[in-house]
Amino acid sequence: MNARQKRMLLAGAGVIGVGVAAMLALSALQSNIAYFFSPSQVQAGEHPTDAVFRVGGLVVADTLKRQADGLTVRFDVTDNAETVPVSYTGILPDLFGEGQGVVAKGRIGADGVFHADEVLAKHDASYMPPEVADTLKTAHADGIVEDTAEGLKAAGQTVTR
Amino acid sequence: MVPELGHFALILALLLAIVQAVFPLAGSLSGNRPWMVMARPLAFGQLTMLGIAFAALVQAFVTSDFSVLYVTQHSNTVLPDIYKVSAVWGGHEGSLLLWVLFMAGWGAAVAVFSRNLPLAVLARVISVQGMIAIGFLLFMLTTSNPFERMFPVPQEGRDLNPLLQDPGLAIHPPMLYMGYVGFSVAFAFAVAALIGGRLDAAWARWSRPWTTLSWVFLTIGIMLGSWWAYYELGWGGWWFWDPVENASLMPWLVGTALIHSLAVTEKRAAFKSWTVLLAICAFSLSLLGTFLVRSGVLTSVHAFATDPSRGLFILLFLCVVVGGSLALYAWRAPEVSDGGRFHFVSRETSLLANNLLFVAFTVLVLFGTLAPLIYEAFGWGKISVGFPWFNKMFLALAPFLALVLGLGPALRWKRDQPMRLVRGLWWALALSILVLALSYLPAFSGGHVWVPVGLALAAWLTLAHIAVVRERLRNKGGLTKRGPALLADLRGGGRSFYGMVVAHLGVAVLVVGITLVSNLQQEEDVRMSPGDSHEIAGYRFEFLGVDPVPGPNYMAQRGHFKVYRGERQIDELYPEKRAYLGGGMPMTEAAIDPGLFRDIYVSLGEPVGDQGDWALRLYYKPFVRWIWLGAILMALGGVLAVSDRRYRIARAPARQPVRQPVQGPATDVTAAA
Repeated sequence: MNARQKRMLLAGAGVIGVGVAAMLALSALQSNIAYFFSPSQVQAGEHPTDAVFRVGGLVVADTLKRQADGLTVRFDVTDNAETVPVSYTGILPDLFGEGQGVVAKGRIGADGVFHADEVLAKHDASYMPPEVADTLKTAHADGIVEDTAEGLKAAGQTVTR
Repeated sequence: MVPELGHFALILALLLAIVQAVFPLAGSLSGNRPWMVMARPLAFGQLTMLGIAFAALVQAFVTSDFSVLYVTQHSNTVLPDIYKVSAVWGGHEGSLLLWVLFMAGWGAAVAVFSRNLPLAVLARVISVQGMIAIGFLLFMLTTSNPFERMFPVPQEGRDLNPLLQDPGLAIHPPMLYMGYVGFSVAFAFAVAALIGGRLDAAWARWSRPWTTLSWVFLTIGIMLGSWWAYYELGWGGWWFWDPVENASLMPWLVGTALIHSLAVTEKRAAFKSWTVLLAICAFSLSLLGTFLVRSGVLTSVHAFATDPSRGLFILLFLCVVVGGSLALYAWRAPEVSDGGRFHFVSRETSLLANNLLFVAFTVLVLFGTLAPLIYEAFGWGKISVGFPWFNKMFLALAPFLALVLGLGPALRWKRDQPMRLVRGLWWALALSILVLALSYLPAFSGGHVWVPVGLALAAWLTLAHIAVVRERLRNKGGLTKRGPALLADLRGGGRSFYGMVVAHLGVAVLVVGITLVSNLQQEEDVRMSPGDSHEIAGYRFEFLGVDPVPGPNYMAQRGHFKVYRGERQIDELYPEKRAYLGGGMPMTEAAIDPGLFRDIYVSLGEPVGDQGDWALRLYYKPFVRWIWLGAILMALGGVLAVSDRRYRIARAPARQPVRQPVQGPATDVTAAA
């Protein structure tokens, strides 16, 4: 085997190795991504029933209720067209509040309640998660989205359990 | 008046940058010496102008000049003075100003400390930096001028985001920017070398200390960010694989590959075009990071309110920089012969493996970070990539990296004997396997399989480096006089070697920290009434209640806890929930009892019911400090390496002909220089 053949062999092995690695990485990715659905899409049944996904919108006023254990909360999320009830056990982010934008990640239960294991709230007076802003726009609710052009730097907050 | 002065200085800086980008470079190509000589004064002038602009902005903040829009948005009169200063870089416009100021600082530093650099090379380096400065200054002046006025003048400003009112975050962005921008020096050296067609060991030697130093800053910056997130965001994590974090990690990963690849280029004149490519990538990823952070195209927990026109500008700029430098690379790099052949068992091979692993990991992080954009662009839906995926990818590569890392320093350049390696390292391997077996016992690992693996890898790293140091000392002065030999070595040319050892030991410490805290931490969300006790991991938390306490510019709800180990009280903790007067935004201030081997961490959730009950978060974090300690050791190693005499000699005025003899095959492919 001369030097040239050796190089070709090495290059070939490299390409195959990279290919296999990329396949493994992609298949792992498939099981770790969470799609985003608006409350309207969820009510229309477009969401997956067996996988984790995200739902986002505004927290409906007067729907935030704490359950008896003191740690579980229930609230409704709306895109101003439909609403989805969400349940979450744990401590909510600081800027979580009624009327605020929120993105929750979790699964939907048989009872139609979305059981979140992560809640992302905006963490800056002028920030709105882009998905939520889009959702509200598609639901023809422009104007509710606040001015997002302010250059305030902020770090948001997720809660992971 | 002063803000206008700052604005004017900014415009002058842009004009200087244009001169700086054109004349020294043109001079270096046409052999016009006066034009080349302009490079140094131009670099100093750039720094002076940006220094004036920055000072003007600081002045506006310190005197609370609310006629300046940016000051109104990010400061108010009750803000403590120290945060008035750090608020300068608390927003987009000020961060950019800090960024260009640092870049000018690096440029001036190159001008000062590279006295022996051939004039043509210096002129090109300064010119390339001028080109980057043009991009950023244009960006600032057209879309994000920090000196914009506002009428009528408001009585009071808004507030600095409370998350940023913290010493850790006051210095985190400057460190990070120093690192990002520092890679512009490595980039400028690489592009200058491509323009001149001169890629050789001397180029690598000039470029190395700058690259290592920027890497040190970036390491510290990332470490501070992680530490800040841990204690300030109140949920006790130290890394979230968030787009903004990934944006800083990617240049670091490529930068790490770069400093190793530069070592090969300097010592063996090999990997040359690869090194240049890495230098281009490191800076491009810094720019990409800026784009991701500033454009708001990705949902991030570090949520920035953003402006699409800014994102577009940076994207275009990114395309010009990446496209231009890669085109130059494609044009010039094939002319560079990659000299320095090496055998399979050699240090070159281990460094190649290091490079491939780091680049592979960068590609994965880049892909995971951009996947939401890719999916959306193809209409596959809006997704987010969960952090378990990143963890999996990290765990798939990190063990190999650690194995190679133990072997590499023990290997000899060019060709080594496998048997020599076995003789030197068998005991390190045997002890590591012993550690693996011992820590596999459920009493240590708690049944987590990664615990023994991580600990064994850390042991392997540590022991292999001890073996390497022993061998070096034996060769230098005999094992009987180890101490004196070590000191003499440190005074002599050994600092870069010991820097490497310290940095690698930092990796071992980091591995221990990550392994133990990830697998053995305990966290609980609980509801407690005043007087209640709750126990986790052998620590009993007694909750005494929450009281209102006023702060300088906020009102706090302060909790009071006593922490017991057995019957002994070890600490009292006071976590807070703050409401800032400026914005009314609530903030969680965690209370931590730090320790070398474990942290105890309490943060307040929210009040529950009307009996004084609170939802609380209690954490036990074993060895979490080792993560940052490891990063500090890495940075220290970098500093030690930069202080090596080799680079100091290089700095002294050169007496020998400027062109140093080239190692390996001739690489000087152009006459233009």
